[in-house]
Amino acid sequence: MGRYLLRRLAFLLVSLALASVVLFVLLRLLPGDPANALTSVGASPQQIAAARHSIGSDRPLPEQFTHWLGQLASGDLGTSFVSSLPVGPEVAARLNVTVPLTLAAFVLAVVIAVPVGFVAAHRRHTWYGALLSGISQLGMAVPVFWLGMILIAVFALNAGWLPSGGFPQDGWSAPADAIRSLVLPVVTIALVMSASLIRYVRSAALEVLGSDYLRTARALGASFPAAMARHGLRNASVPVISVLGIELASTLLGAVVVESVFALPGLGSLLATGIAQHDYPVVQGVLFVSTLAVLLIGFVADLAQRIVDPRLRGRLSGGAR
Amino acid sequence: MRLPRNTRYAVAASAALAVTLTACSGSGSGSSASTGTWDKDATVNIGSLYEPQNLDNTAGGGQGVTEALNGNVYEGLFRLTDDGKVENLLAKDYKASADGLTYTFTLRDGVTFHSGKKLTSADVKYSLEKVLADDSQSARKSNLEVVKDIATPDEHTVKVTLSKKSISFVYNLSYVWIINSQAKNLKTDEDGTGPYTLDKWTRGSALSLNRYAGYWGDQAANKKVVLHYFKDATALNNALLTNAVDVVTSEQSPDALDQFKSNQNYKVTDGDSTTKLLLAFNDKAKPFTDVKVRQAVSAAIDDKKLLESVWGGYGKLIGSMVPPTDPWYEDLTQVNAHDVAKAKKLLAEAGYAKGFSFTLDTPNYDPHPTAATFIKSQLAQVGITVKINTITPDEWYTKVYKNRDFTATLQEHVNDRDLVWYGNPDFYWGYDNKQVTQWVEQAEEASTTAEQTALLKKVNRRTAEDAASDWLYLYPQIVVASSKLSGYPLNGLNSQFYAYDIKKKG
Repeated sequence: MGRYLLRRLAFLLVSLALASVVLFVLLRLLPGDPANALTSVGASPQQIAAARHSIGSDRPLPEQFTHWLGQLASGDLGTSFVSSLPVGPEVAARLNVTVPLTLAAFVLAVVIAVPVGFVAAHRRHTWYGALLSGISQLGMAVPVFWLGMILIAVFALNAGWLPSGGFPQDGWSAPADAIRSLVLPVVTIALVMSASLIRYVRSAALEVLGSDYLRTARALGASFPAAMARHGLRNASVPVISVLGIELASTLLGAVVVESVFALPGLGSLLATGIAQHDYPVVQGVLFVSTLAVLLIGFVADLAQRIVDPRLRGRLSGGAR
Repeated sequence: MRLPRNTRYAVAASAALAVTLTACSGSGSGSSASTGTWDKDATVNIGSLYEPQNLDNTAGGGQGVTEALNGNVYEGLFRLTDDGKVENLLAKDYKASADGLTYTFTLRDGVTFHSGKKLTSADVKYSLEKVLADDSQSARKSNLEVVKDIATPDEHTVKVTLSKKSISFVYNLSYVWIINSQAKNLKTDEDGTGPYTLDKWTRGSALSLNRYAGYWGDQAANKKVVLHYFKDATALNNALLTNAVDVVTSEQSPDALDQFKSNQNYKVTDGDSTTKLLLAFNDKAKPFTDVKVRQAVSAAIDDKKLLESVWGGYGKLIGSMVPPTDPWYEDLTQVNAHDVAKAKKLLAEAGYAKGFSFTLDTPNYDPHPTAATFIKSQLAQVGITVKINTITPDEWYTKVYKNRDFTATLQEHVNDRDLVWYGNPDFYWGYDNKQVTQWVEQAEEASTTAEQTALLKKVNRRTAEDAASDWLYLYPQIVVASSKLSGYPLNGLNSQFYAYDIKKKG
C-alpha cells in the first residue's frame, strides 16, 4: 500500500505538471489580446505596448511560463491582468461557494440514487421499478439550466419560499441565508446527477443480484437484506465509486451553468469572466485549482475502491497505470 | 447578454474634444419626488449587470465602478447631472483667464474625506495627476492631456494652466474623482468625499455603501445601498420579482418588460441613453468612399421598423451621432430618412444601378446579428447584397478597430458627446472632412459655450448630410423599479447611478 501511495502521488504530480503546460499553451493559442481589455478605445500603439509590458504578455512564452511556475511553487496564483488584484484569495473565496454547493449536491444525489437504483434493479419487473428506470432515463436528458429555471419559477417566483438566486454578501457568516440560497441550486444539480447515478447503481445492482455469491448466501439462509448488506452492497459499490468520482469532478467543473442561473459567485462564474477578458492569470488559476481537485478526487476514488475491494490491492499495486 | 458596455470592445470612446458648461437639455432629472413619507433609514437594493473589475477608475475599474462609486462615494470638482448639465460640486467657484488658458478653482469649505482628513488643494492636484499618470487607464486621460501645470497657491485654491484652450475642460473634470492624496489600496478600498462610504465589496456578488455622517452636503435619503451583481438578465429580473432588489439600473431584455409593466408594484421608465447603434461604413473603402452610396444605404434602411423589432416601443430614432442629452442635439432624422425610391436613384447616380455586394462585420452578441439580418433584407430591396460576417468582440477590436480591415460594420457607441470623433480622420471609420475637423478643433477652442454649440451643430448636420455613418437608433435606458422607490436617475448618463436621492417607502 505504501508503495502504491508513492506511485500514485508521483502520478498526480506528473499529471499536474503536464496539465499546467497544456493549459498554459492552449490559453495562448486562443485568438485575442489581453491588452484589449486593458486599453480604452482610442489607445495609441504606445499605450497598448505599455499595457502588454505592464502585464508581461510581451515577454517570450517560456519566460512567462517559468515565471508562472515559480509563482505556483511559492503558492501564489499570480495577479489578475484586469483587476490587478491577486488571484489566490479570489479563487479561495469562490471555492467557499462552489465546494459546499458541489459536495451537498453530491451527497444528496447519492442519497437519492443508491436506494432508488437498488429498488429499480430489484423490483425491475414491477410497474414502479419500471417507472423509476423511466424517470431516471428522462432525467438524464434534462438540461440543468432548464431544471434550474423551473425550480426558480415554482419555489421562488410563485411560492416565494426560497430566494431566486444570489448569495449573501456576508457569505457563511450568515449561515442560514447562505444555506437558503444554496437549496435550489443544490437540488438542481442533485436531481440531474442522481438521474445518471441511478442508472449506474441499477446496473451494478443487477450484476450483483445475478451473482453466484448472492444466490449462495440466500441458499444458506440469509435474508435478502442481510445478504445484500453483507455481500451485495460492497461488490456493487466498486464500479459505482469510480462513476461517483467522475460525477463529482464533472459537477465541480460544470457548476458554471448552475452558478449563472442562480447568480452564485462561484468558481465557474470567475472562470467565465476570466475567459471573456483574456485574463490569463485568473483562467490559469481557476483551471489549475480545478485540475488539482479533479486529480485528488480520482485519487480518493481509487483509494476508496481499494479499501472496499481487497482484490484490487493485489492486482493493481504492482502495475503501472 | 450585452457584453460591450462592460468591456472595452464597445467603443467606449471618451467624448474627447467637445463640450460645455451650460448644457441645455429638455429631459427631466430623477423621477418625481416622492409624495408622502419615506423611510430615512431604508436599505436600497440595486441590481446591476456591471460589476467593477476593481474600485479604482484610473486602473481599469470599468463601467461598474462608475455606476457604483461615481457621485456616491467619490466626487469631482463638478458633477454631470442626469440630464447632462455640469454643476459645481467640490469646486465652490472657478474663474477662467481671458485667454482661456488658466483656470482658478476655489474649493468648497468643510469637506472631509471618509477617513476624516480635510479636503485641500493638494488632494485635487494629486487626483488630477493620478488621471494623467503614465500607468493611468482613465478613459478621460487623453482629454485632460491639455493640462500643462497644476499649482496650489493655498489650501483652497487650485490653479491649472492648459497648453491650449479647451472649453470641455470643466466638463471633463466632472469625471475626475477627488481622492485623498494619502489614500492607499484604492483598488479594494476608497477614501472619497461623497455621501456614502464603502461598507464592503464582495467580489462576484455585491458591493454595499453606508451613509456618511460627516458629509458636507445634504445627507443621503437612505441609510444603506447594496449593489447586487448579476451576469444573467433573467436572474436579475427574478431578483426584482422576488423583491431581492428594488431597482434594476439598466434593463437589457425588452421581452421581460411586460411582466413589470402590467404589475402595479413596479414602475418602468424609458430614459435617454447615450448609446447609439451604428452601421459604420469604412469611408475609405469602396464603394463607401462615395457619399451617394452612403446616403443611399442610409435611405434604404427603415430604422423605425428595426427599432420596433428590437426594442418594441422603446428607444429613439436619431439622425446623427448626437443623443438628446448632448447640448448640440438637433433632430436630424429627416436627413437621409427612409426612402427606397431615393435610395435607388442615388445608387444609379453613383454608378451602381444594379447594386453591389459588401461584407458586414457583425459582432456576435445582441442586437447586432438581428440588426444585420434586418439590414440584409432591407438592402436586398435596392439590389445590394450583404454578406454577414459574424465575429467576436475581440476580433472586432483587432480586425475593425485596430487594423481597419473592413468595409462596413455594426457597433454600439456608448458615450455622450462623442460626435467629435468625426473630426478625427484617423478614427476607425475613416471619415475625413477637413471642414469638419476644423470645426471640431475650433469648437474645443471656443470662448463661449454658445460658440461651441453652434460649431458642433454644424458638424452634426454636415456629418448627417454626408451620411458619415448610418445611425440606426438610440438605445432606450430602461429602469425598472419597485413602486415604493423614487428619486433614482432615469437617464443613467455614462453609467452614472446617483443613489443618494433614492427614497424608499416603508
